[in-house]
Amino acid sequence: MRTSWITRTRLGLKSMSNDVKEQDILQSVPTELRRIIDIVEPGSKVLDLGCGEGHLLKALQKIKRARVQGIELSDVAMQECIAKGLFVYHGDLDEGLSDFSDKCMDYVILTNTLQVLHRPDKLIMEAARIGKKAVISIPNFGYWRVRFQLMFWGTMPKTKGLPFDWYDSPNIHLTTIHDFRRFCGEHNLEIVSEMDEVIGGGEAKTVTTNPNFFADYAIFVLQEKA
Amino acid sequence: MGNSNSNSVGIVETQYFTFAAPPREMELECGRKLGPIVLAYETYGTMNEDKSNCILIEHALSGDAHVAGKHHADDSTAGWWDSMVGPGKAFDTEKYFVICSNVIGSCKGSSGPGSINIETGMAYGMDFPIVTIKDMVKAQKVLIDSLGIEQLMCVVGGSMGGMQALEWAVTYPECVRMVIPIATTARLSPQSIAFDAVGRHAIMADPNWKFGDYYGSEPPRQGLAIARMIGHITYLSDKSMHNKFGRGLQNKERPSYDFSTEFQVESYLNYKGDAFVKRFDANSYLYISKAMDYFDLAEPSGELRTELSRAKAAFLVISFSSDWLFPPYMSREIVSALRRNNLDVSYAEIQSDYGHDSFLLEVEVLSRLIENFLDYADQVGAKIDE
Repeated sequence: MRTSWITRTRLGLKSMSNDVKEQDILQSVPTELRRIIDIVEPGSKVLDLGCGEGHLLKALQKIKRARVQGIELSDVAMQECIAKGLFVYHGDLDEGLSDFSDKCMDYVILTNTLQVLHRPDKLIMEAARIGKKAVISIPNFGYWRVRFQLMFWGTMPKTKGLPFDWYDSPNIHLTTIHDFRRFCGEHNLEIVSEMDEVIGGGEAKTVTTNPNFFADYAIFVLQEKA
Repeated sequence: MGNSNSNSVGIVETQYFTFAAPPREMELECGRKLGPIVLAYETYGTMNEDKSNCILIEHALSGDAHVAGKHHADDSTAGWWDSMVGPGKAFDTEKYFVICSNVIGSCKGSSGPGSINIETGMAYGMDFPIVTIKDMVKAQKVLIDSLGIEQLMCVVGGSMGGMQALEWAVTYPECVRMVIPIATTARLSPQSIAFDAVGRHAIMADPNWKFGDYYGSEPPRQGLAIARMIGHITYLSDKSMHNKFGRGLQNKERPSYDFSTEFQVESYLNYKGDAFVKRFDANSYLYISKAMDYFDLAEPSGELRTELSRAKAAFLVISFSSDWLFPPYMSREIVSALRRNNLDVSYAEIQSDYGHDSFLLEVEVLSRLIENFLDYADQVGAKIDE
């Protein structure tokens, strides 16, 4: 999907790139992030911290007419963002966040990023400061497959969401849904909504029973308490 | 993807635009007046009907209007950014109308200290007024107006060219849709001013300089060559010097323990200095380096953010990791001020060992970024009716 996008824009077929089907754009967004497109109100201002190749931002720009921008450290991913016509800042996540005034964004998005940061707490608070709402997704370390691997095999867990070995994992601050909820409570953050999900058959399914055990990941919508 | 070696714009010709004839001289930032003014410029590609595909390329200190192609079929080299400008390249001359004009103060066809002062019938020399980056851009604006262009699709430049691009964005905000400042700064640092000052001292200490009044006699070759050598040191990086020369000796196996040119890096600097003397005027070097020293986009308020608040364009700011003349932090300063003004801005910091010279050498990644950025011209930036 990504390739087709780039080819079209490279050919300069702007009218065509404008008409790229919503379906195609949706397909390019990782399954676990598609819910976020539903969350964002049309015409919003969105900042994605760690936006990768910009699939989600492009979808929000096209489908929700959002005014979007991203921050991304990888130079390859940054170049892909520019090829998609997105505005992106190439640098560390926390670099220059002070440029953004309080609540200047409708949404600040942090997907699958927190666990690789040295101080995730600081970035969560920054996201909640800059955005009227912060949309944060986390892989759930309380997921039963994770627990079973440690319990029965005694090995560090590897799952689809956490595919790394103990020695090469970038994930240094993993959390569970319980931990995350508690963090919000202790830091004056209101959980506006929470989606606990598991991927099955290529689709995201909502988990209602004991999500901290059955959900692979969760998406939280937070805001600072008044 | 830009094709860096084939697809030339072919044979091109420099054109000359004359304006500001007395009594309608152009007023300069220093308070003095200049006129008539000649601007040398070149164009490539074809202007579209609504003149919405025009790109202005700004050159650096020693550059000229000849950005691409050749003047004669047997020219040994092409224009200074030929790898970026041409059919199918980043600045695709099949899509865009590309303009490059030589700055005032230069010796490459535009009015400068070597031009004839019509009042005296002699070269200006040090009588030429001090020009600034703003003056250079003001003169270009007259040229752009004369071409009937209401809004430039993009203004782009590296180093001093980037300063002009930024100046366009704040001085003529409605007239530019996209700005690409590369390896540049919003204000010259004291370190850069210091290097410039040493270069100027070298020229002015040359007995042949004669207070700038050397036209028709032997020019201050030695001084200008030294100035250029200092410049070249600042354009390279520690690592690129290691890679390029190491501690290698020039044409000898062992040191000769004297003051001849021993090391390869010495030989390179000598060569660059000598080559420069053949193509550049020492007084122009004085004037243009001075123009850069005065450049401070944060003035008069002292706040870059305040001054950049007038800008309306969309920006792609590019820096290079090993550039220590205008290091990435200077570009980040620009980006920060733009973001604080709620402007659309992308920032790319390219990993490169080539130092400040990267903007001329990192063709592949620059092409990819710029080509893609320009593709979205119709969706971003200042709109005339807004």
